[in-house]
Amino acid sequence: MNIESINESACIVYLGDQINEETAERVKQATDRIRATLSDVITDLVPSYTSVMVCYDLERIDRFGIQSRLRRAVTGASATAPDPSSAQTLELPVYYGPEVALDLDDVCEFAGLTADEVIRIHSEQSYRVYAIGFSPGFAFLGSTDARIAMPRKSTPRLKVPVGSVGIAGSQTAIYPSATPGGWQIVGRTPSKMVDWDSKSLALAQIGDRVKFRAIDRDEFIRLGGQFDEL
Amino acid sequence: MSFEVVDPGMLTLVQDLGRFGYQHIGVTTGGPMDEHAFLWANRLLGNPLNAPQLEITFGRLSLLAHSDTTIALTGADLGARLNDRAIEPWQTHEIRKGDRLSFSMPVSGLRAYLAVTGGLDVPARLGSAATVSREQLGGLDGSGNKLAKGDRIALGEPRPVAKASVPYSEIPDYRKPLRVGVIPGYQYRHFPRSVQAKFFTSEYEVSQNIDRMGYRLKGEAIHGDLDGIISEGIAYGAIQIPADGQPIVLMKDRQTIGGYPKIGSLSALGAGQLAQRAPGASVSFYLSDVADAEARRMIFNHRLRQGAPGTAG
Repeated sequence: MNIESINESACIVYLGDQINEETAERVKQATDRIRATLSDVITDLVPSYTSVMVCYDLERIDRFGIQSRLRRAVTGASATAPDPSSAQTLELPVYYGPEVALDLDDVCEFAGLTADEVIRIHSEQSYRVYAIGFSPGFAFLGSTDARIAMPRKSTPRLKVPVGSVGIAGSQTAIYPSATPGGWQIVGRTPSKMVDWDSKSLALAQIGDRVKFRAIDRDEFIRLGGQFDEL
Repeated sequence: MSFEVVDPGMLTLVQDLGRFGYQHIGVTTGGPMDEHAFLWANRLLGNPLNAPQLEITFGRLSLLAHSDTTIALTGADLGARLNDRAIEPWQTHEIRKGDRLSFSMPVSGLRAYLAVTGGLDVPARLGSAATVSREQLGGLDGSGNKLAKGDRIALGEPRPVAKASVPYSEIPDYRKPLRVGVIPGYQYRHFPRSVQAKFFTSEYEVSQNIDRMGYRLKGEAIHGDLDGIISEGIAYGAIQIPADGQPIVLMKDRQTIGGYPKIGSLSALGAGQLAQRAPGASVSFYLSDVADAEARRMIFNHRLRQGAPGTAG
């Protein structure tokens, strides 16, 4: 573990230098512990693949104080057994149909596989939420099977529809809102990934696991799925 | 009690100090691009320091007052007029029902702050009124819109406030070339010594490409020994160095995490001074440290809280 100052009100805790499950678990545990023990001084926590950025109130604590309290909190975390109850497994319905799987043909060609094979490979494993960012609720999931790990598009789309499920290299993700983006879109979920009026706000949290369940067109519509407005 | 938007200008947004506690789910902080000016505006009126205000970028805003109140104007001089009389920033002004408050073009600086006694009466989304259009959060109706013609801005309950102005020593000159301290951090050590030296001795120019997410600068290209990094949290004022070597300073509406190497970070007050620079302005950096940034901020906070604003003559 390494703690470094960024500016007068933020520092970053590095917990590893490789993207893997073990580091992700350390990040999750450290985040939980920091949240539980430093809530009187922190204003924001930004966990990512290998690090947690900690923003704090300079009126309440300075760089020496925060580093010493972080060290205590995080060292304590590594001594604690993982708390399985805090991580959930989400099952997300995904329609992989031609109207919404905008790049499925390209992925099939890249992988040399049929659509059914790509869908089976994409939906048969469970993914870990490694990081959340890019846009609110955008969860970076890993790792995809190497056979379907197609790089992102060289020219990003100006607008990726809400709920689109994409692949970019060894990662897969869902677009919670319509934003520009370059991921290879293979399907769409009718599930709402962010809801600012709900208590949980974002469906997926860092450390959670996500599993995709292939659904047909009728179920997609029944669950409230939307097609592109034409 | 309200203001009516006769002309929304180039870009006028409702801002408070920002949206905190949601960056872990990817929600950016938003907030005023220049905290120094924002905080002084609320201070002049005795408002809570987080009270929502208008951030007026570049000018051309025109408002019609439907009630009496007192405003404070800080930050950029955007050629403000009250009816047909030019008025100065960094002080309070009384507004009468029927008055027209309008802004023309930047005289100095880029972003003006307009606070009203009692604050703007706008809804909070996720605990804040800060407008982030990209995330459809904040603003007059909570859905991230900038001000539009015909909008009615509800105002809080006004109370009598003494005429006040910001002490002269606290008023920055935004026309001066900006020289700003960089706190080394993040991937600083992955930039060779000679490259660090080049960065700190070069003069950069603010490019045309500036918005609330980031300020792209033009000048000596900087190259470190990393092509990319594992995505990590991005602080306000962090300086990203993308592949073309041209620095990007990340501002209030930045993405929460990102994957470009960073040579360090500005302090919030330093980034606020950059936010007042328009394309073509000159920026240079000096090597500073977190202790200096901390001390400057504590002094600023102290002056803001303890130093009574001077009374205008």
